[in-house]
Amino acid sequence: MPGKSVGTAVPSAPQGKYPLPKFSKPKAPAGTVYRGDPGMWSWVLHRITGVAIFFFLLVHILDTALVRVSPEAYNAVIGTYKNPIMGLGEVALVAAIGLHALNGLRIILIDFWAWGTKHQRLLQWIVIILWIVLLVGFVPRHLINVFSE
Amino acid sequence: MTVSIETPRAPRTVRRGGINWEKWGWIYMRVSGVALVVLIFGHLFVNLMIGHGVKALDFAFVGGKLSNPFWQWWDTLLLWLALIHGANGMRTITNDYARNNLVNLILKGAILAATIVLLILGTLVIFTFDPCPAGAAANLLPTFCSAG
Repeated sequence: MPGKSVGTAVPSAPQGKYPLPKFSKPKAPAGTVYRGDPGMWSWVLHRITGVAIFFFLLVHILDTALVRVSPEAYNAVIGTYKNPIMGLGEVALVAAIGLHALNGLRIILIDFWAWGTKHQRLLQWIVIILWIVLLVGFVPRHLINVFSE
Repeated sequence: MTVSIETPRAPRTVRRGGINWEKWGWIYMRVSGVALVVLIFGHLFVNLMIGHGVKALDFAFVGGKLSNPFWQWWDTLLLWLALIHGANGMRTITNDYARNNLVNLILKGAILAATIVLLILGTLVIFTFDPCPAGAAANLLPTFCSAG
């Protein structure tokens, strides 16, 4: 067998005449009005809150179905919703539902109403303000219920 | 002065008749979304805001609500609209991220199966529910159970 080695090709060295181009880390692509804009983040949050609410809904249908088993079984499971850690979870749940609902309404206004499309940035602020109002109305009252007695 | 715009060359599917399910899905998300805002905030207000909120939730509370046809239908509508809205959203997300055909199919199959099972289970529970089951301790039941 001829013991000729292969792959001895000498890599061509960069020639001084034609220096390799220097690459820098790509910046955010120019010409996009979407990436990094609050509109993108409301899309991301709509997805995350949507998935979270979906999984809660699966569990919530199952826990409510226990009313068909026995009063004791239902009370035992619903009792876990009343402990302080779950109480904070309920704050997160209502916050997620509130954001998903208000942002969904914003999407509808933008889709069906030219005024909404034109003023989508204003609508985003209105969503945030209404969301804060909702939580100010809900959270203190809920936490008093959770932490009292 | 006229501006000529090149013919778009991105591949796209041309629809030939039939029902445009994606369009109806899109419309469904918006129509059910508006209804769900009312249904869910009504549900949250009655269950978490009135009286002692989450602390008042027990079998007697649910029994009182689900023996009233108004709340039976409220909850049925909520169940169907919300679960289908959520399942369709999960389908959209699956199509966006699960690029492998088999994985895509398995995930969507799981979403469909969970949705069908829970719709049937939930509807049966709402309409076959007995607020005063025989042999249960009276202090766990709605007050109207011992009234007659």
